[in-house]
Amino acid sequence: MKKVIYLDNAATTRVRPEVVEAMLPYFTEHYGNPSSVYDFSTPCKKAMAHTREVIAGSLGASENEIYFTNGGTEADNWALKAAAEAYASKGKHIITTQIEHHAVLHTGQYLEKLGYEVTYLPVDENGVVSVDALKKAVRPDTILISVMFANNEIGTIEPIREIGEVAKEHGILFHTDAVQAYCHEPINVDELHIDMLSASAHKFNGPKGVGFLYIRKGLKLRSFIHGGAQERKRRAGTENVPGIVGLGKAVELSLASMKENKKKETELRDHLIHRVMTEIPYVRLNGHPSQRLSNNANFSFQFIEGESLLIMLDMAGICGSSGSACTSGSLDPSHVLLAIGLPHEIAHGSLRLTLGEETTMEDIDYTVDQLKRIVERLRSMSPLYEDFVKSREKKENQ
Amino acid sequence: MYSDKVMDHFEHPRNVGEIENASGVGTVGNAKCGDIMRIYLDIDDATHMIRDCKFKTFGCGAAVATSSMATEMVKGKTIEEAMQVTNKAVMEALDGLPPVKVHCSLLAEEAIHAALWDYAEKHGIKIQGLEKPKSDISEHDGDEEY
Repeated sequence: MKKVIYLDNAATTRVRPEVVEAMLPYFTEHYGNPSSVYDFSTPCKKAMAHTREVIAGSLGASENEIYFTNGGTEADNWALKAAAEAYASKGKHIITTQIEHHAVLHTGQYLEKLGYEVTYLPVDENGVVSVDALKKAVRPDTILISVMFANNEIGTIEPIREIGEVAKEHGILFHTDAVQAYCHEPINVDELHIDMLSASAHKFNGPKGVGFLYIRKGLKLRSFIHGGAQERKRRAGTENVPGIVGLGKAVELSLASMKENKKKETELRDHLIHRVMTEIPYVRLNGHPSQRLSNNANFSFQFIEGESLLIMLDMAGICGSSGSACTSGSLDPSHVLLAIGLPHEIAHGSLRLTLGEETTMEDIDYTVDQLKRIVERLRSMSPLYEDFVKSREKKENQ
Repeated sequence: MYSDKVMDHFEHPRNVGEIENASGVGTVGNAKCGDIMRIYLDIDDATHMIRDCKFKTFGCGAAVATSSMATEMVKGKTIEEAMQVTNKAVMEALDGLPPVKVHCSLLAEEAIHAALWDYAEKHGIKIQGLEKPKSDISEHDGDEEY
């Protein structure tokens, strides 16, 4: 296999070997159903309890506030739909942002069809939600605020504490989609006044298909998946025991190395950003310059289109992602890039590179060298660049 | 996602560039939708033979590959023959495109027609079957279902 430089860790991550190792016995040895009475299922029950304990500890929560789901999307769907239903008698107004993941945005749109009113708060040019705008949007019938902890495309970390305070002050539920931030940034649900939090294991070197929703004790949210009595009757279905074991192990390992990993990633990310911004002309950094995830860099290269860029990077063995229309299967570029005010043609030329624990300085330098070559080549083929150069020459001759 | 032929034309695009004092130039698409294609033609006025054809494209892999293939297919042809180079023919020559990329092949045909229109206007001639090019051929997808 050719060498691959994997810089798409916001899409998914490599499962750590220790995580796989921890999971394996739960496929072949401890395969009992956790709901069964016999002693054979005890290791499964114990393992699930352990993961719950680890997660609760990581958030400053208690074990009976953690509900396993099949991932972040399910957790987001559950949080929004169940909160809307439970508090409908109080009001039907929900506040979220324009830059949420589709798991929240499309759920919001679905709730609008059911008669709820949803305010999608704008963000500034760095992707930061305005707390003042949030305060102004709050109404007596507002029942839920849902703001992501950190954005998956541009990496901007939102002012969660301030948002939590506004929610608390007005007695409104506060949900945060922390899929990109959990196990990357320290989070304490009490300090930040978070009532519900979604997370997914495969974003921090755990397995795919497992995540959780934190639900603050006392919230009267109904079951989302109906059936058996699993998860204290709130999430039916036989538990994904190996996945839950892997989730717990991934949380333990991430917490242990979070500080060190953040430091290393920040250094590499800043080197990447510095080199790209100084060595490639007509480029823009998307997202907040400092208040951003330590593994995220997002650029817009003027005059070129993102999918072409991705294919050429792929030929050089580099995996990245783009918010261009052609990579989303629609004709519109990413809603996040439009929300931070980028014109369509600049949004089409975006590239997201997200580092992981295995990324090295050599990987970054190789990537920038390839990027320089590829951007130059695509610009030499671009009619937009041709027009730009010609109008610049015209101006110089005047 | 793409056929080998598409990848070949993307990796090694034929006829990239500009033609100075071109007989006809056509630019179609728009940056908003992420695709712009420009075709330059060098046409022999006596024989109406397309002696040379170059392109520049801002767009995805499919847009670059269709531009490249389309220039190959009209080079050395007469205007009348070039009019027969349809988006379908370009797509077939590339062993097909993924369904979401079909609109890129429309762009190639439109760009050639726009360049021919430019030539016809400059020379006061009429080309059989050629209509004034649309400046924007973007399509819009239907409403998404949630």
